[in-house]
Amino acid sequence: MKEQLAKIRAEALSAFEGAQSALDLDAIRVKYLGKKGELTAVLKQMGKLSAAERPVMGQLANDVRAALESALEDRSKRLETAALEQRLRAEALDVTIPGKRVEMGHQHPMNIALDELKTIFIGMGFQVLEGPEVELAVYNFDRLNAEEGHPSRDWSDTFYFDQDSRVMLRSQTSPMQVRAMESMELPIRIIAPGRVYRKDEVDATHSPMFHQVEGMVIDKGVTMADLKGTLNTVVERLYGQGTKTRFRPHHFPFTEPSCEMDVQCHKCGGAGCPTCKGEGWIELLGAGMIHPKVLEMSGIDSEVYTGWAFGIGLERMALRRFKIADMRLIFENDIRFLEQF
Amino acid sequence: MKLSRKWLEEFVTVQANDRDFAEAMTLSGSKVEITEDLGAEIQNVVAGRIQRMERHPDSDHMWVCQIDVGQSEPVQIVTGAWNIHEGDMVPTALHKSILPGGKKIEKGKLRGILSNGMLCSLSELGLDERDFPYAVIEAAALLNDYRPIDPEKPSVPQGVTPGYKIFGSVKAAFVTKVEPCGDGQFAVSCDSGGLYHTITTPLANIHEHDTIALDTEKEHICTLADLHAEQREFPHCISDGIFVLREEGVQPGEDIRGVINADDHVVEFEITPNRPDCLSVIGLAREASATFHTPLRLHEPVVKGGAEGVLPELLDVETPDPELCPRYTARMVRNVKIAPSPKWMRERLRSMGVRPINNIVDITNYVMLEYGQPMHAFDYRYVQGGKIVVRRAKEGEELTTLDGNVRKLTANMLVIADDTRAVGLAGIMGGLNSEIVADTVDVVFESANFDGTCIRKAALALGMRTEASAKFEKGLDPLNTLPAVNRACELVELLGAGEVLDGVIDILNYVPQPTVLQLCPDKINALLGTDVPAGEMQEILRALDFGVDGETITVPSWRGDVQHYSDLAEEVARFHGYNNIPCTLQRGETTQGGYSPAQQAERRLGQVCRTCGYSEIITYSFVSPACYDKIGWAPDEPLRQSLRILNPLGEDTSIMRTTTLPSMLEVLARNCNYRNKGVKLYEIGKIYLPGGEDGLAREPKMLTLGAYGEEMDFYAMKGVVEAILADLRAVDTVFEACPEDPSYHPGRCAKIRAGEQWVGVMGQIHPAVAASYGVETPLYCAELSFEALLAVQGPGAEYVPLPRFPAVARDIAVVCKDEITVGALEACIRRAGGALLRDVALFDIYRGRGVAEGSKSVAFSLTLRSDERSITAAEADAEVQAVLEALEKELGAVLR
Repeated sequence: MKEQLAKIRAEALSAFEGAQSALDLDAIRVKYLGKKGELTAVLKQMGKLSAAERPVMGQLANDVRAALESALEDRSKRLETAALEQRLRAEALDVTIPGKRVEMGHQHPMNIALDELKTIFIGMGFQVLEGPEVELAVYNFDRLNAEEGHPSRDWSDTFYFDQDSRVMLRSQTSPMQVRAMESMELPIRIIAPGRVYRKDEVDATHSPMFHQVEGMVIDKGVTMADLKGTLNTVVERLYGQGTKTRFRPHHFPFTEPSCEMDVQCHKCGGAGCPTCKGEGWIELLGAGMIHPKVLEMSGIDSEVYTGWAFGIGLERMALRRFKIADMRLIFENDIRFLEQF
Repeated sequence: MKLSRKWLEEFVTVQANDRDFAEAMTLSGSKVEITEDLGAEIQNVVAGRIQRMERHPDSDHMWVCQIDVGQSEPVQIVTGAWNIHEGDMVPTALHKSILPGGKKIEKGKLRGILSNGMLCSLSELGLDERDFPYAVIEAAALLNDYRPIDPEKPSVPQGVTPGYKIFGSVKAAFVTKVEPCGDGQFAVSCDSGGLYHTITTPLANIHEHDTIALDTEKEHICTLADLHAEQREFPHCISDGIFVLREEGVQPGEDIRGVINADDHVVEFEITPNRPDCLSVIGLAREASATFHTPLRLHEPVVKGGAEGVLPELLDVETPDPELCPRYTARMVRNVKIAPSPKWMRERLRSMGVRPINNIVDITNYVMLEYGQPMHAFDYRYVQGGKIVVRRAKEGEELTTLDGNVRKLTANMLVIADDTRAVGLAGIMGGLNSEIVADTVDVVFESANFDGTCIRKAALALGMRTEASAKFEKGLDPLNTLPAVNRACELVELLGAGEVLDGVIDILNYVPQPTVLQLCPDKINALLGTDVPAGEMQEILRALDFGVDGETITVPSWRGDVQHYSDLAEEVARFHGYNNIPCTLQRGETTQGGYSPAQQAERRLGQVCRTCGYSEIITYSFVSPACYDKIGWAPDEPLRQSLRILNPLGEDTSIMRTTTLPSMLEVLARNCNYRNKGVKLYEIGKIYLPGGEDGLAREPKMLTLGAYGEEMDFYAMKGVVEAILADLRAVDTVFEACPEDPSYHPGRCAKIRAGEQWVGVMGQIHPAVAASYGVETPLYCAELSFEALLAVQGPGAEYVPLPRFPAVARDIAVVCKDEITVGALEACIRRAGGALLRDVALFDIYRGRGVAEGSKSVAFSLTLRSDERSITAAEADAEVQAVLEALEKELGAVLR
């Protein structure tokens, strides 16, 4: 019996090792360890043994069973690993094949530029205001101190809906200053982006419809130094810390003093190049202290309150931001253009 | 506004180079656009005197010249020009020189003879005869230059001898000597066959040994015209040639730029409309003086006068419309000698972009540039009745202006008239009928002040914005008319152009009242955020010629723009320096920044569209009226009522859109034309509906989606609309078939509502509409009202506990009539299902074998679940049974 057990052990271990698949292995397990297997058959002969031999043989048989089971498990694991490896090898892919396309929509570059501005101003406590594009000339001109004969009122410059030049397409976002003064509590801090219209033929730098952002602050004790400080902060957030700016005198009917703000040319760093037409500076926006007459016309006491305002052309900003050479692309909406942003 | 720095120098001394000058002037408010160095393009060109000239041994038309250019040896230059003579001073481009246009001159050989440069013509120096009228070249027809048109039949045989009779008294003559007289005239000695003549002529191309055609009776050398010959018969009888200098005191070797005034630098300013005073040399000189802290040297015109006659007897001026003509000043000049103005005046005019014409016209332009006061000169002969009336034109009155155009006038335009007719358009342009001409004898100088708006409107209506009208329209200083007219008369005397009559006609229709303001340094500092001392403020104002008496400030007459303390603040800020104002951050009460709920919803909508793969577009708010036809709208469609722009750029942009669909279709069509594949676009933009407050528009926003491409179909577009509604948490959304929208395919269009609120329409664009945009491929669009989307927005998200018990799925397939919609089936299922029915999802529609003709099989997956317990199969079956019964009863749909 001892010999039988040793034989089974040797044969089974070798058979396990020879198994090439889980199926094989299971058949071998049944052959040796199954209910009708060889080991069971041997154990059935235990009854014939003497009482003294029985525990010894029993121990031996258990050892053999344990050895076989452990070998079986070991072999099974190794077969599993091998099978997995084989599967993985078979499943290997060409990782250079392009991925499945996820279609993403794109925001229009002009609105990307606008959103950047909005975010900055909202962070400084500004509200975003919207208003009518079909506007009264009173708001677009009179209430902004643009007198009766102001050239921008001409029919050659501005679109009108009636012969009396009363209703027009706003030529600037500045009427929003007046609307804000009329409707809001003081102090006021607003920006007002939107479409504006001027009678310009379409070319690389002009469009009869374009976008501006108006900004306005009215409070007690607001100074031109505040205007400079705030706009400088905006520019640094837009173009990076340390961006150089300069302010130079200009003229707008509704601000006094008025100024234009230039940003140092990013291309040449101020030395003068074709981008900045040799000036070293690029014009960014117009601004100024709100004319006391404008405040008074809207019922704000200019002896108590002062304010500043600015207006910036969005297209030109977006064009510069994304190095777009032609404004026509903005309104052409070619998907190959839109997808770049 | 162009400014010659040389001219500026007459009034103020500024040392700064161009860049520093531009920078400083820009920062004090006179923005410099560009500075032009007139001579930048000319290098190494000098004045040279022709010492000796000989005919080229191997050419019948070239000359070999020895030129003294101030060096120890003359330089040899070969030229093909015939108008030069020994002793002439000529512009000489030396070896390695540069001419305007970047033309490089180097030494080289011409037919074997070395030429060390080039002699220059006017045009080669970038000039023309208006700059140097004396440089006009007249040429003789030289018989030795004759090329018969038909070589067989020459009009004059070759090698004719002196005395050969050409026709009449015209004979061939042999030139024996030519001596320049110095003033552009030449003494030509010749032999006409035994007869010897010496003739003084301006013809400049004659040299010793030439054969000329001489009219022996008139002692006149014949030109092309005299011989009735064609240019090609005498190829060198041309008015082109070398620019022979007649400037005094020019030395050989002198840089030509100084001789021809190409050493000036011209600064171009952008002057804001509130500063018409800066549209003049003196105005800019005043700004420069304040900017650079150097004194301004003004000049008081001095007129000797004394011409014969009494001004009031010769001229009477009336101004029947005083409000349009606040001031009219005039003087008269007699015995005028019309001639070119002197070089210095021409140079200055030319440097500032004004074309020299003649001394009188040039003087008016000169004064306009210097004083900023437009002037006009007219010929007294044509002022009928010796009377000038400044009046409104008669309706329909006609006037031929100096440019030769006939202008039809209206009563809103101001004319200068005599007793009977208009002789000029006030402030815009003179009339041809009183133009200064070569034989003008007596001249009236007008220096007037007109109403700016009147001039601007007239110029605009006539489409003739002139240098003068551009100044008048901004409102000029009425006090400037008198000094300007005096300056003109002073220049007349300086130029010897005529005799000035004593006295001035000066009609003053207004009372000059200077603006007086109080200087409040504290208020100015409070506005600027600065700490500028009162003394500095006073100094700044004084430098600008404001009257400063303590805190009382008298604004000069030319500064109509200064009316308020804030205007004074700007003057202070300009010269204290905008960039010396500190930068502070805002103080005061804080305000809550941010987006309104509507703005937030709009941003969110955009994000959802982009997440769905749609890209944003921006289109014009105005469209063509024809677009309503293109999208198939009925002629009586109420939305055709659009706001119409009365002065549009063109018909295509003449009405405000009441629908965004045409804009979207246009963009889709354009992308289609570009052969872009798979395009998905959205726009959040306004439409403009008549009937808003105050006669304005209602301007609701629309979300418009548009797409085409392989993967697009009705349901792809519907999926996006559903995603948008789902993102808004809109409930009870319904898509209803909409066969009646004319822009859409009648069988592929749905109206969308959420509950009772209509949201918009979507579907496939009607093929006929697509075709009207030139597109054959199916287009899909959705038009959603932003206001409606806001209205159907559901409440914010609230957590619903995740299911704790498993769901049971049951699939059913029912057969029903084709016309029963999936929506009706689904609604029925939802109604019939009890509390356990949690979801219904369509998964198949089948027509064909096994299903009767006119019917279809529709399969749904039902999800059943309880939140309290696991449901049993029996419960699920009972629920499904109830659903099936309802389907059969309500819609005749039976289990397949």
